[in-house]
Amino acid sequence: MKSAVIVFPGSNCDRDAHDAIEKVTGHKPAMVWHQESDLPEGTEFIMVPGGFSYGDYLRCGAMASRSAIMPAIVAHAATGAPVLGVCNGFQILTESGLLPGALMRNAGLKFVCEKAKLKVENANTRFTSHYEGGAELIVPIAHHDGNYFADADTLDRIEGEGQVVFRYGNNPNGSARDIAGITNEQGNVMGMMPHPERAVDANHGGTDGLKLFESLLGSA
Amino acid sequence: MKAKIHVYLKPGVLDPQGAAVAGALHNMGYDEVTAARQGKLIELDLTGDDADTARKRVDEMCSKLLSNPVIESYSIELE
Repeated sequence: MKSAVIVFPGSNCDRDAHDAIEKVTGHKPAMVWHQESDLPEGTEFIMVPGGFSYGDYLRCGAMASRSAIMPAIVAHAATGAPVLGVCNGFQILTESGLLPGALMRNAGLKFVCEKAKLKVENANTRFTSHYEGGAELIVPIAHHDGNYFADADTLDRIEGEGQVVFRYGNNPNGSARDIAGITNEQGNVMGMMPHPERAVDANHGGTDGLKLFESLLGSA
Repeated sequence: MKAKIHVYLKPGVLDPQGAAVAGALHNMGYDEVTAARQGKLIELDLTGDDADTARKRVDEMCSKLLSNPVIESYSIELE
C-alpha cells in the first residue's frame, strides 16, 4: 500500500511515522509538505503525525487543519481511503471536521509523558483487526491537550456505532468516557492521542503499536 | 477599522484553566469568586470602512478559523 506522511512546521513524529510504515510495509512513505495541494499519485494511506504544528497557537491543530494540503486529505478520506492521525494529527483531524469532538487542555493542566495502558474497545476496524477485542496494550503518550470532549449526544452516538476504538485504563487527561481513540462513522479515519509509531520496535521498550500498522497495511 | 473578537468556552465545557484561576484567587483570599472562565481576545486591524461587510467577513473568519464551534462561541465588536 502506498503511504504518505504529512509534514507541518512543528511536526516532530513524522520520522517515527515514516519508520513504522517502512518497517511494516518495506516501502518508504512519501513525506508531503503541508503547502502541497496534491497527494502523490497512487497514495492510499495517509498518516497525519504528532508534534506541535504552528506551536499549538490559537488551538492545537487549528492552523494546520486549514493548510493547503487539507482539502486533498478531506477528499481522499471521502473516497473511503484510510487516514490515521496521531496526537497532534488527531487534533488536526477533529479541527478539520473529519472526526467528531475536540481535544482540550488536560484536566490536570500538566503535560503528560508516560506509558499509557489502553484497551482495544473495537477490534473490528481496519486499524485494529490484528488485535483481540478487549486486549490491553501499553502505548506511549506525550501531550498537553489530549482531553477528549464531545457533547453527550455525540458521545452516545459514537459509542453506539462502535467508533470508540481505544480507551485508557487509567485516564491521564480527563478525556470523556476514557476515550483515547475514535474513528469516523465510515470507519476509515481514525484519530488517537497515544503514539503507536513509538511502540513498534523492541528498542522502543514495547511493540504493542505494531499490530495497528499490520492491521492497516496488511502484512505481518 | 478594528475588530475585537472574544472567544469563550461554551457553557458546560470543562475549563480546567479557569478552575485553576478560581482556585488561585481563593488561595489569595478572594472568597467572593464563585467561578472563573478563561477565554481569548483577538484584535484584527482591517482595511475598508463598511461595517456590515466587515462584520460579515469577520464572522466568517470566526467560524472558519478563530473559534471551534464544538467547544467555543464568540462575539464581535467593531470600532
